[in-house]
Amino acid sequence: MKDWRYWLAEQRGTLLALGIFIVMFIIYTSNHPAGFTANVVQTAANKGVLLAFVAMAQTLVVLTAGIDLSVGMIFLLTNCLASWLVVGTPMQTALGVIAVLAVGLLCGAINGAIVIYGRLQPIVATIATGAVFYGIGLLLRPFPGGSVNEDLADALTGRVFGVVPASVVVLLAVVLIVWVPFSRSVLGRAARAAGSSETAAYMSGVPIRRGKFAAYTLAGLLAAIGGLFLTFFTYTGEAAYASGNAYTLFSIAAVVLGGVSLFGGKGSAIGAIFGALAFRTIGDLLFVFDFDPLWQPLFQGVILLVAVSLGAFALFRVRNRLEWFL
Amino acid sequence: MDSVVPLLRVEGVSKRYGGVRALEKADLSVSTGSIHAILGENGAGKSTLIKVMAGVVAPDEGRMMLDGREVNFASPGAANRAGIACIFQELSLIPELSVADNIVISDPPKRFGMIDRKAQRRVAEDALARAGAGDIHPLALVKDLPLSRRQMVEIAKALARKPRILILDEATSALTATDVANIFGVLKRLRSERLALLYISHRMNEIAELADQCTVFRNGRNVASYKAGSKSDNEVVELMIGREYSHIFPPKPAAAPVSAAPRLEARKLSWADRLDNISLTVRAGEVVGLGGLDGQGQRELLLAFFGVLRGLSGEVLIDGKPVTITSPAAAREDGVGMALIPEDRKTEGLMLPMTVRENLSFAALDRLSKGGIIDRAAEQRLIDDMVGLLAIKTASLDIPVGALSGGNQQKVVIAKWLMRQPRIILLNDPTRGIDVGTKQEIYQLMRKLADAGAAILFYSTDYDELVGCCDRVLVLYDGAVKRELVGAEITERALISSALNIHGEGNPTSQGADA
Repeated sequence: MKDWRYWLAEQRGTLLALGIFIVMFIIYTSNHPAGFTANVVQTAANKGVLLAFVAMAQTLVVLTAGIDLSVGMIFLLTNCLASWLVVGTPMQTALGVIAVLAVGLLCGAINGAIVIYGRLQPIVATIATGAVFYGIGLLLRPFPGGSVNEDLADALTGRVFGVVPASVVVLLAVVLIVWVPFSRSVLGRAARAAGSSETAAYMSGVPIRRGKFAAYTLAGLLAAIGGLFLTFFTYTGEAAYASGNAYTLFSIAAVVLGGVSLFGGKGSAIGAIFGALAFRTIGDLLFVFDFDPLWQPLFQGVILLVAVSLGAFALFRVRNRLEWFL
Repeated sequence: MDSVVPLLRVEGVSKRYGGVRALEKADLSVSTGSIHAILGENGAGKSTLIKVMAGVVAPDEGRMMLDGREVNFASPGAANRAGIACIFQELSLIPELSVADNIVISDPPKRFGMIDRKAQRRVAEDALARAGAGDIHPLALVKDLPLSRRQMVEIAKALARKPRILILDEATSALTATDVANIFGVLKRLRSERLALLYISHRMNEIAELADQCTVFRNGRNVASYKAGSKSDNEVVELMIGREYSHIFPPKPAAAPVSAAPRLEARKLSWADRLDNISLTVRAGEVVGLGGLDGQGQRELLLAFFGVLRGLSGEVLIDGKPVTITSPAAAREDGVGMALIPEDRKTEGLMLPMTVRENLSFAALDRLSKGGIIDRAAEQRLIDDMVGLLAIKTASLDIPVGALSGGNQQKVVIAKWLMRQPRIILLNDPTRGIDVGTKQEIYQLMRKLADAGAAILFYSTDYDELVGCCDRVLVLYDGAVKRELVGAEITERALISSALNIHGEGNPTSQGADA
């Protein structure tokens, strides 16, 4: 086989998610009353990138064969924090941004430490830490409120050169600064190796613990970037429990849609981004068709079920029935 | 060669797992520029020794000297850095990563802090070529490769580390003849490059071709070291057995009841590349053993009967009638009446956190319930019978089964199936890791069940057990039945030599004189 075919096989999940997204987006814009305009794209992008950041965060943890049920809450906590700190002079704003990102990193590091060194199961550990993060967010913002540096907010949620949504540019920058180096570093490979087969990774002398720790920590950072953007869009901070939970669950859906295996070891954050964008577009599809919004959750659920079923076909090829349970 | 200071010396190393002694004061020295073969039966301690040398297992006592200095490896990574590369029997490749990723996994080439993929590709291609596996594409995912190719990747991976000591544990077991020839070429070249090689294999012809020095292990100790070619195959087998056992086996019936029609029969059973045209019969009242080296298809054969494998070719007959069994649930139905005592009781036999009572009644719940409601009284009666029959020692029926000793856990697994009064009982190495007392009870029980009319197919890695318990033994090699031993033919010597696939017993292939 030629090199490009291996590349294609590796990127299949990502390309499939990209395909789903493009098809959905074409249906969406072609039925939108305003059509395919810079404005429509900008609004869609701003809604989409929030989930995209959280889904990227989820990807890192899922690659290690773990799961992070606290991403949505880190997202909320950093939103509340940003509504206090990202204000004032450019200097104060910059420090505020740094502080918010640092808190995200810290949240991720706590998750990592508990899972790796405390040997707790990721699902339980992150339910608990998620509740803690939400609790802190609630203390910071018992009621919706606060503000944000509006110049920065408008710049990052506006358009570059009048056409390209700025949020997409930031998303791209984050991919280049966080995901690409991680996936090509020894730690990133260690994280994936641990997710694919922890014993084999251990036997090969791979730095499993450091790799997994890096994955959890960077997941916190990515969720915090999402939290910052939420503040830029809404100009306020709000500890909205339902919203945090929804982001957590949607991030898992987006990750699966993006071709990332929940068994670990396989997938890419770029796939998860397209998964997130596709998921968001599917959700908005009903509005352009003038359906009752009551139908949205049902419709979104059915589409998701169809999409994830595509991944189950491999089970038909299994020859030893015991492998169904592996 | 004796005057040379050995590169690696292992002195008085012991290791226990629970009550089982895997290694007891074992010694070994490895010199540069030589291939050192290690021989021994299943469970003689070879694998544990290698794990100690590769930093996977910490020994309970003893020390290791590398270049005359004492070393302690805290992890496989540490052993790696000291120049010891190991090719394990159970492969250490990461399925979701590419071949190239795997080959450089322990120390990838880096540029600006990131993995240099071009350099990685070069290293991988170079290592694959050195292993004679240039046909493997470095970008292929390991999980998509067949077993023989994976094993070649494993070898390339070890070579890419540029080790000083290379350990191969059954590294050729899944390889094709061409690959083996390639690998032998590579190993001989490495020997001329002054590497120290440790070669563990059950294949006598491979050892005869490769080894300079041989060491035989038995019961966790090194019992003999000799220059390759100085002993005949039969002498080596003698060294591998040479022990006295005091197991008490129940007496066998004078002659197997040949008259009975076969209860279970297989005709030309094949599956994937693991089972090859297997035909066998088991009669009611008979204990038939499966012998051979570990991993020659015995486990798959039992799973095939039990309805776990898909895509099976050939026929299975119960009481002379062809049947198609598609799941364990179907295998236990009344017309079939099959039970499988699995190999790993912790994952396949028991639900460890659940109670002894619950575990006992799982397999028989359909018989104990009416309209989905469990008849508690009937359940209790049957459980009492079983606990009595097997003498299960438990403080209460309502404690988690995980709290019982290994032997009693195994009794629960057996009792759980006996509650259905199975007519065909498949046992997959049921005495592994349990104490001698319980072993004896299981031997007695097997004979009792056979006498009561059950057909028993019994796989064991312990040759002594096969000799003591079985009316007939089928020896498997590479997924096929290589030999059938009946009655007095079942001796440890016959079992070992047919397991190693040595043709003819009185046929020494050695060229040298006695040591």
